[in-house]
Amino acid sequence: MTGQAQAGRPNKLLRNLNAKIASIPMILTAVVIFVGGTFWTVFYSFTNSKLLPRLSFVGIDQYERLWAAPRWVTAIENLALYGVLSLIFSLVIGFMLAALMDQKIRFENTFRTIFLYPFALSFIVTGLVWQWVLNPDFGIQSVVRSMGWTSFTFNPLYTPEIVIYGILIAALWQGTGLVMCLMLAGLRGIDEDIWKAARVDGIPMWKTYLFIVIPMMRPVFITTIVIIASGIVKVYDLVVAQTSGGPGISSEVPAKYVYDYMFQAQNLGQGFAASTMMLVTVAIIIVPWAYLEFGGGRKRG
Amino acid sequence: MANIETLNTTAAGIDAVAPRLGEGPSGAKPRPALSSRNIILYGTLGVAALYYLLPLYVMVVTSLKGMPEIRLGNIFSPPLEITFEPWVKAWAEACTGLNCDGLSRGFWNSVRITVPSVIISIAIASVNGYALANWRFKGSELFFSILIIGAFIPYQVMIYPIVIILREIGIYGTLTGLVIVHSIFGMPILTLLFRNYFVSLPEELFKAARVDGAGFWQIFLKIMLPMSLPIFVVAMILQVTGIWNDFLFGVVFTRPDTYPMTVQLNNIVNSVQGVKEYNVNMAATILTGLVPLIVYFVSGRLFVRGIAAGAVKG
Repeated sequence: MTGQAQAGRPNKLLRNLNAKIASIPMILTAVVIFVGGTFWTVFYSFTNSKLLPRLSFVGIDQYERLWAAPRWVTAIENLALYGVLSLIFSLVIGFMLAALMDQKIRFENTFRTIFLYPFALSFIVTGLVWQWVLNPDFGIQSVVRSMGWTSFTFNPLYTPEIVIYGILIAALWQGTGLVMCLMLAGLRGIDEDIWKAARVDGIPMWKTYLFIVIPMMRPVFITTIVIIASGIVKVYDLVVAQTSGGPGISSEVPAKYVYDYMFQAQNLGQGFAASTMMLVTVAIIIVPWAYLEFGGGRKRG
Repeated sequence: MANIETLNTTAAGIDAVAPRLGEGPSGAKPRPALSSRNIILYGTLGVAALYYLLPLYVMVVTSLKGMPEIRLGNIFSPPLEITFEPWVKAWAEACTGLNCDGLSRGFWNSVRITVPSVIISIAIASVNGYALANWRFKGSELFFSILIIGAFIPYQVMIYPIVIILREIGIYGTLTGLVIVHSIFGMPILTLLFRNYFVSLPEELFKAARVDGAGFWQIFLKIMLPMSLPIFVVAMILQVTGIWNDFLFGVVFTRPDTYPMTVQLNNIVNSVQGVKEYNVNMAATILTGLVPLIVYFVSGRLFVRGIAAGAVKG
């Protein structure tokens, strides 16, 4: 921190040596894995590598093949649908639970423990549990039918058109507790006087939330959205456990496509192109956020 | 780094989520217990709680039934005859491929992965965070920024280059390789956590120690470490649950005999051959979820802080 201005001393590299040694793992990770690895993958996505990476360039062939593949298009459509719905429902459910929890209720700790425990579980466990609960022969469908409503049909995991909703139900079960916690922290950060002032002015509660409290919680919402969004792009284990991408290819997601092409189908070029597209997706989410947060400067509230 | 500040306030705010009992009277005047407002409030919370609790209940109940009872009954009914056989079978006999020694193999693999990964990643990140907070050098902030931005890159983009590197060193497929991978990908969030914590400590402490002639390691071991136990606990919770629950790295970087528990569980339950034994599957699922659940129930509010910080990892 100090003395950095006196440049040109002979032992410049050796100064602060311990800190530099301590940072070697970070520097290696940042430069070799994060920067190097990313460029490597993007670079090789323009080759027609099969079993092993090869330097035979084919231009954007892999990308053309990728976007012509029904499986990839399905995966992207699923991701878009799942992403939008999961973002909306996570925020709405998370915020509503948080607002309810903020009413000075009894047993607050118990409720929070209940809402949050699924977040401790892995996506594999989540997927397998919901695979069982949604099982058409034994799960919810069969229970409702056995109660007398024999035509009741709720079989998302084996119905291609709605399978993604089955996955959404499981994902919301696992993740909304965290959103609730983040929102509750945001609500607790709001000055009590705001509420008093709103009450004195006779503003109804829902209006206070909608027009005063939520705008004040903007930073919390942004953090939460970034957290949810970066989780959405990575969704993989949940699908593998719950449906293995089925029935057919109807619940495929990009992360699974990448894995299957890199490690199962031995078509590395496709895998690299698909993972590069995932990177682009993340960039589309992150760059506007980074711009708003850091570039937009003064208007931050 | 506005996002880091936001995260910090969020984490701090979560501490404030503590119940406000014992603060003396505050808020609106007391209402009767059975007001319509209360019925709606607790009713909604109760229904929501049911949705969250139901799968856990179904898991436990199913794992305690025999297969004939499962085929006849419904998944919500409590077991008529409690049997622990599915648990024994899941732990010691369930088959994945040719191995029929149950989930115990995966459990011990996961232990052998999680323990060194947690220790190594925290050791590296704590020293690194301390260097970034108190011993900045030219370029340290740049590398740190790359590290944090890197946390948002999908793992799929970086997996194959790592496979190549590990293969070149000759540790691809071993537990050592997986431990290194976990240490690498745990680094952004842990370094952020420790750096921010050490920055928040009063600078006078550090300066006084410097004046007294203490060096890099001495200050870290004698002053910083004793003061930062809570943040180490948060980091441990974060890493233990994160690494135990990992699936992607496990399936990419290990071989069938070194598969961690999550991978083995998935192979047992989703195996296509044989008759499906739902009770064994559910027992195996609970067993796999048990470690993070115990961590969760024991650590309480610290867990919330850990995940609030760790959620950036996605």
